[in-house]
Amino acid sequence: MEIEEILEKWSGGVYSVSIGACAEDGGSRKNTVRIGGQKSLPLLFKEGDIPNRPVIAFEIWDIPPQDWPEGLVSSYGKAPEDPLIWAQMCVKDFGARLLCLRLQGAHPDCGDKSPEECARFVSSLLEKVSVPLIIIGSGDDAKDNLVMPACSEAAKSERCLLGCATQENYKTLAASALADGHSIIAESPIDINIAKQLNILISDMGFALDRIVINPTIGALGYGLEYAYSIMERGRIAALSGDKTLSSPFICFTGQESWKAKEAKGGDKQGVIWEIITASSLIQAGADILVMRHPEAAKRVFGHISVLFGGNNSDH
Amino acid sequence: MPLSGLDIYKLLPKTNCRRCGLSTCLAFAMQLAKKTMSADKCPFISEQTKKLLEEQSQPAIRTLILGEGKDRFEAGGETVMFRHEEKFRNPCGIGFVIEDSLSDEEIASRVKKINSLKFERVGQVLDVNMVAVRQNSDQKRFVRATEIVMDSTGLPVVLMGSSPASLRQAASAASERKPLLYCATKDNFTQIASIAKDFRLPVVVSAPSLDELSYVTKELVSLGVDALLLDTGRKPLSEKIWDATQIRRQALKKANRALGYPEFVMAENDDPYEEAAEAAVHITKYASVIILKGIQSWEALSVLTLRQNIYTDPQKPLQIEPRLYPVGEAGENSPVLVTTNFSLTYYTVLGEVEASKIPSYIISVDTEGMSVLTAWAAEKFTAQAISDSLENSGIKKMIKHKNLIIPGYVAVLSGELEEKSGFKVIVGPKEAAGISSFLKNLN
Ligand code: SF4
Repeated sequence: MEIEEILEKWSGGVYSVSIGACAEDGGSRKNTVRIGGQKSLPLLFKEGDIPNRPVIAFEIWDIPPQDWPEGLVSSYGKAPEDPLIWAQMCVKDFGARLLCLRLQGAHPDCGDKSPEECARFVSSLLEKVSVPLIIIGSGDDAKDNLVMPACSEAAKSERCLLGCATQENYKTLAASALADGHSIIAESPIDINIAKQLNILISDMGFALDRIVINPTIGALGYGLEYAYSIMERGRIAALSGDKTLSSPFICFTGQESWKAKEAKGGDKQGVIWEIITASSLIQAGADILVMRHPEAAKRVFGHISVLFGGNNSDH
Repeated sequence: MPLSGLDIYKLLPKTNCRRCGLSTCLAFAMQLAKKTMSADKCPFISEQTKKLLEEQSQPAIRTLILGEGKDRFEAGGETVMFRHEEKFRNPCGIGFVIEDSLSDEEIASRVKKINSLKFERVGQVLDVNMVAVRQNSDQKRFVRATEIVMDSTGLPVVLMGSSPASLRQAASAASERKPLLYCATKDNFTQIASIAKDFRLPVVVSAPSLDELSYVTKELVSLGVDALLLDTGRKPLSEKIWDATQIRRQALKKANRALGYPEFVMAENDDPYEEAAEAAVHITKYASVIILKGIQSWEALSVLTLRQNIYTDPQKPLQIEPRLYPVGEAGENSPVLVTTNFSLTYYTVLGEVEASKIPSYIISVDTEGMSVLTAWAAEKFTAQAISDSLENSGIKKMIKHKNLIIPGYVAVLSGELEEKSGFKVIVGPKEAAGISSFLKNLN
């Protein structure tokens, strides 16, 4: 009485998105990072191809971080005082293969840096590190619409991932990203219909669907994680069932959310494990990029991904 | 797969004799499929069909009660593959292993620590569920360790004996606490079955493959033991996910009775971070009981919080009673903040208000458990609703001022709200994290 395994047959799949351009593609990165491409639910290897592992992007800012708990900032020593040194430390000391730059300094409340200043920062960052970049704005729509085009141009041909486009504010970012050869993050507020709608709007501007990454907006462990978890599961099932407008990989800002949690401020280990569990549970829902803050948490989640996928893979 | 009306019709006499009260056998079959009538109504139905229908009416995955007394809990009874399809029902039990090779004092102090792993989050108590005693040496020591554990906790116990003889001894000592026996295998199941029967205990069945698992469960059922949990043993994590997914699919999609039991996982790891990450995998992917090693509070809190999240009913967000909540020694000059009755929102706001050490009033508006932005979009958090809550809360009699702090996200409501309520609206921060400093700088 052999048990016949029940295999789901999926007709669709997740688009594979590549971040970073090396010399042969007209960029200056030393490595690229490929995400997505799954034809199966997370970790069900027997059911369909899972060509890429989830990847970790270290989050850095263009200014010393504000509102980060002391233990989090000090995990980088004094490096965050100089963001370029901080970035290099992520790559050299912590093995980051992908960085996520947040242009917080452009925010009117955090320094109000000019678009030119921001663009200059991006250029120097590209010189100092050779890993691919995710670049996201300050969160102030009006300002980001001035800053992001300048930064997009400064990183032309480097095939960055730029964010975050929202339903209310996507045109400027999408136009720049398109013109300069970048991919784009489409952010929706824990709402699968808006995620779908925004992907359609952005692709209507001429963006190929395989250059969009969805930010489903997550909550940290204990702070609404389950909403994002289920939205992502539903989105992934829709993608595998053939809905191309939801077939983009997911980016999750796990660091940003986890370190807001009261528990994360209650002690170093509690904070680190909060970020680890937020990340590892979202991997089960289909997360493709985890933007993380604490180097110890990043290291642990990297280890966990290696356990999940078997063996070590220096590509990530 | 549940039987359809047509499937059942094929098993009926097809004589349309109307003795069941319906005009055709087909009509009766349809009622049986909907479970609105019982098979007894047809006098001609075969015993075999009756048995089949009975099996049909049982849930696809058994629900077991583990332990005795106030700390007992239910495991299993799950009905879906994905929580958004309905919900995950019985929060998985979290347990901790204790080696019998520890000294008596070490065992007692470890159990004491396990007992203390209780946390309160968003109005719910999160606690751990089991203690597993593992035999490393002789029978006598195993029984002794079991006794110490039983004396130190009311939590349900798992007996991890290294031989049926030891298990019998320990089971006999612990029988009134209904311990869970670990484990029955293809080689020892007859002996384990006799212990389980003698003391009426649940059993973990362990086998590396689903074929072997279902062989053993069938044998045990035929021996009269059917309170079972399934364990596929130590394997790479992705294979554990595959096993758990298959077991649940077999039970739910194929109504495979032999695999229709809750899943039991040993997820011990010396590294607490790795252990918690693996526990997260098992919580999301189908385990009903997870046994760990790490008893530090920070690890347990994160694991239990994830369980709380994943097992929340997606249709029923956790809510609090919509009313006025004084925080600290609130008086007639204390600030008044308004928010929703979504537990997470309320408790986050509460935490920040408490942190500010400024006595305040929080009014939670009935938004049917929606968060600020969602409730605003769904028109549950409107100027009218807030104004009505102010009226009904009795706040007006308790304060001397007429200032109201609203969440930054609904700043647009200010004008209308001032008109409707007569309060002066102060727009607070968007994120709760800003509340504490906002309150401190209020004057
Ligand atoms: S009593 Fe039985 S045989 Fe008669 S009509 Fe009903 S189902 Fe058919």
